[in-house]
Amino acid sequence: MNFLDYYKILGIEKTATPEDVKRAYRKLARKYHPDLNPNNKDAKKNFQEINEANEVLSDPEKRKKYDQYGKDWKHAEEFEKERKYQEQSSNNQRQSYSGAQSEGDFSDFFESMFGSPPGSGRSRQVKFRGEDYYAELHLDLIDAFRTHKQTLTVNRKNIRITIPAGIENGQTIKIAGHGGKGVNGGPDGDLYITFSIANHPEIKRLGIDLYLTVYLDLYTAVLGGEITIDTLSGKVKLKVKPETQNGTKVKLKGKGFPVYKNEGYFGDLYVTYSIKIPTNLSEKQKELFTELSES
Amino acid sequence: MSTMQTEYLISVDEFCANHNIEISFISSMEQTGLIEITTIKEIGFINAEQLQQLEKFIRLYYDLDINLEGIETITHLLQRMNSMHDEILMLRNRLRLYESEF
Repeated sequence: MNFLDYYKILGIEKTATPEDVKRAYRKLARKYHPDLNPNNKDAKKNFQEINEANEVLSDPEKRKKYDQYGKDWKHAEEFEKERKYQEQSSNNQRQSYSGAQSEGDFSDFFESMFGSPPGSGRSRQVKFRGEDYYAELHLDLIDAFRTHKQTLTVNRKNIRITIPAGIENGQTIKIAGHGGKGVNGGPDGDLYITFSIANHPEIKRLGIDLYLTVYLDLYTAVLGGEITIDTLSGKVKLKVKPETQNGTKVKLKGKGFPVYKNEGYFGDLYVTYSIKIPTNLSEKQKELFTELSES
Repeated sequence: MSTMQTEYLISVDEFCANHNIEISFISSMEQTGLIEITTIKEIGFINAEQLQQLEKFIRLYYDLDINLEGIETITHLLQRMNSMHDEILMLRNRLRLYESEF
């Protein structure tokens, strides 16, 4: 557990007046408020720190204790005993912002010096929204191709979620109400899941379109024929035109990736032919190629 | 075949009582176009889909002292930020496609 310099966090001097504290807090709260910094974990951390600093420095009682014992917080119990003899006369209207995160999630340092964080204790009846949880889920391209259910364990709780087909790599979805518990009747936080989709060894995805390289033998490329390819939606038969050139692209409409949350709609599959030159030719084959080249 | 969609509506009065805010705040939000109010038999309702956004506006207004013009500007900038975020995601995935070839 580390000592937290609340003055430094708010960017003020030790001699700061209550107005200075309020001003500094308001300025930083506007900068780091979670509503203004969506999906920014650093801002969330900063916001919690400034809330905690404000909680202490805007309360004369807590500030006195912090100033006296801050660095020696382990001896703060003596102060606590003394304080209990005194009436709790402090009833000033301190302000604490109810951001979209849990302000109850104060540091161990705070709890060690001041006990339970605001919202979990005695008199404050401010409703706090529960903490938002963040998780990362790894899928492969085939998983992302179909709508499927998956069970996740978040904070020792099993949550069964439906992952819609077409989810994008790096996309984040929100599972409302599956974050931390709200305080004082405040709503529960949300769970944010970011998907990490591994590349497929053969099929490349770009949005809703898929790209596949198919290797053709020289004879099929020259004379034409029929081939069967594996796509994510199953096997597909393709007619290869005679005299197909290396690098030729063929578009298979509707054989691409499903459109996210748009059932029945798919992107396209682009097949690129790569022609394989035969190797280990027999003498007879070499003769025939020579004949061809001279004809 | 047409399907009927269910809309969840919360009365403005009830919402304001629960959140301890003035009804005039909701009216101002509607006037600036930040939210839509559905009126049924002269009673104003908020669509449940707008709740999260509205609660965010309340936090910005009451907690951070940001006025309506400020909230409008922030909303516009956050929308731009979101679309830029989506574009970055798309470009990153496109880059990944090319990088995986090397």
